[in-house]
Amino acid sequence: MTGRTRTIRVDTLARVEGEGSLYIKLVGERVADVKLKIFEPPRLFEAFLRGRHFSEVPDITARICGICPIAYQMSAVHAIERALGISIDPAVRLLRRLFYCGEWIESHVLHVYMLHAPDFLGYQDVIGMAKDHKPIVERALRLKKIGNRIVTLLGGREIHPISAAVGGFYKVPGKEQLRELVEDLEWALEASVETARWSSTLEFPDFEQDYEFVALRHPDEYPFNEGRLVSNLGINIDAAEYEDHFIEQHVKYSNALHSVVRGRGSYLVGPMARFNLNFDKLPDVARQVARDIKLAAPVRNPFRSIMVRAVELVFACAEALRVIREYEPPAAPRVEAPNRAGVGHAMTEAPRGILYHRYALDEKGLVVAAKIVPPTSQNQKRIEDDLREYAPRVVAWPLDEATWKCEQAIRNYDPCISCATHFLKLTVERQNTRGK
Amino acid sequence: MSSETKHKRKPARKPKIAVFKFASCDGCQLSLLDAEDELLGVVGAVDIAYFPEASRAMLKGPYDIGLVEGSVTTHEDANRIQEVRRQCKTLVTIGACATAGGIQALRNWKDVDEFIRVVYATPQFISTLKLSTPVAEHVPVDFELRGCPINKNQLIELITATLAGRKPNIPLYSVCVECKRKANVCVAVAGGIPCLGPVTQAGCGALCPSFDRGCYGCYGPMESPNTASLGHQFRILGQSDDQISRAFRGFNAWAWQFRRASEEYEHK
Repeated sequence: MTGRTRTIRVDTLARVEGEGSLYIKLVGERVADVKLKIFEPPRLFEAFLRGRHFSEVPDITARICGICPIAYQMSAVHAIERALGISIDPAVRLLRRLFYCGEWIESHVLHVYMLHAPDFLGYQDVIGMAKDHKPIVERALRLKKIGNRIVTLLGGREIHPISAAVGGFYKVPGKEQLRELVEDLEWALEASVETARWSSTLEFPDFEQDYEFVALRHPDEYPFNEGRLVSNLGINIDAAEYEDHFIEQHVKYSNALHSVVRGRGSYLVGPMARFNLNFDKLPDVARQVARDIKLAAPVRNPFRSIMVRAVELVFACAEALRVIREYEPPAAPRVEAPNRAGVGHAMTEAPRGILYHRYALDEKGLVVAAKIVPPTSQNQKRIEDDLREYAPRVVAWPLDEATWKCEQAIRNYDPCISCATHFLKLTVERQNTRGK
Repeated sequence: MSSETKHKRKPARKPKIAVFKFASCDGCQLSLLDAEDELLGVVGAVDIAYFPEASRAMLKGPYDIGLVEGSVTTHEDANRIQEVRRQCKTLVTIGACATAGGIQALRNWKDVDEFIRVVYATPQFISTLKLSTPVAEHVPVDFELRGCPINKNQLIELITATLAGRKPNIPLYSVCVECKRKANVCVAVAGGIPCLGPVTQAGCGALCPSFDRGCYGCYGPMESPNTASLGHQFRILGQSDDQISRAFRGFNAWAWQFRRASEEYEHK
């Protein structure tokens, strides 16, 4: 074996949600080891959900993630509704789409402008970026605020909104209230188109990979809460079959469990997977923007995920406007949800990808068992695979630049470590990562 | 800050702020980035010296203000909070996890090893403490900002007040006061809905009652909560002891007033 040994090490990953570290060992140009470590402490949600009533579950699971609480609420209510065998009002279904639009807007804007863009433009953070690009940052803040405004209108507050309920909402807005959002959203739609154009002017490394893309697919619409789980390699299943097709694997070099497709390996969930598998379901305005910025499915360069998120922003604004146009309030904010024993599964599209929930309930409506698989834990193995391919390309660079680029390769996935942790296997061994 | 003085004086050093994360969901620190209207103003007035969620630049301490999110649940974090305290002139906890142990404190009544076996296939890899505890059980805390999540306006008020050297204007009264101010019809009295509003500190703007549901206690116990009286009222509304215990055992379960109340109704 020839070549010197180099170690790329980041003790605290920045601009990601939660606490993780990165360790890459290169011998010459060969990657000897890649570890995306997670030292975020476990919070054990699946354990303490047992014994709680199903009506409490959306409020409790929201607390897994402050960035995407609506995703947790949506996966929880849909899984529980299936366990109870109840169907929601079509107007509630529409409102849930609008709710998700709000979360996608605030989450994607946060990532595109505040967490990811500084990498492309060479800033430590958005604060530094604001000094030179103030109008762009101001546009970001206004856009993000509009996403938060939707969430607040439907749910009372941006973080851990309080209105989502099994069967519907605790309270639903009137038509006039929703119409108050239109002016903002029309601006946001324009600003999202601008965002997409601007994102296409960034510089992208030439780095394409073969991925198994996994996302929901619905016959009529870009997916949020419904649809079958599909992949470009032939998966086509119902939520209830998820655990038959995806398993958690214990790999030698890491103490984290990685989700893999049974018999195959890593896969990718999130904006790129959704876009590639559902391009035909995007509204015209989003498809046109994608064409204008020369973003064609399948996108296989993860650095370009910033462009995909921008196109999804265009979708979310257009979809929010459509919902508001079509909305007629439901007869009641929610349908009755009587206690009943049963098992229910659901998957919804969180900003970062599919979020799987399963609940078993007893006849009093209390949770007997819960299982939650967040998007970041599904992407974790894929992130490491990307790094294994990408690190040799930057190995000759000065160490600080190579390190930064590898961090950027992680941020391509908008990882949410707080989410992933409550189920990932982990050890606290931050000090243990020195290369030998 | 008077940086506009005519004299060629070295401008006053901007106060350094640090944000630390322990066991939590990230939501409370996100409140800072969610303060879209105030964010550029805040970063103009202070130096965000350590805030990994937002920046790669991580400046060394000491810091003028340390904001701590999350509860202490591991040996390593129990040591880290000591170091954080040493580094921060003023230490503020933000949110229910840092202030009361958070929802993950539900483990405190159970066998944590059994919990780990439920969630993890190889329990020996998991290193965690039996209890999820608030920061104040480990080090002295200068101010505890309540909420799950915190209210971003209260956060801005807290930072502003600390920098000005005054006491933050953060009310300790109950959610009921906020309901009265909003002229809400009482969900408990008129609707028969169990509501923790009378024993819960204000701060959210009485959100749940405004959405036709009972308060579930995000801001923890108000200054003088009468949990016994409220528990009695819950029984009148037809709640079982188990339901009453669970109501107190939420996001601020380990706050002593709620903890005691939840234990009084447990297994009876």
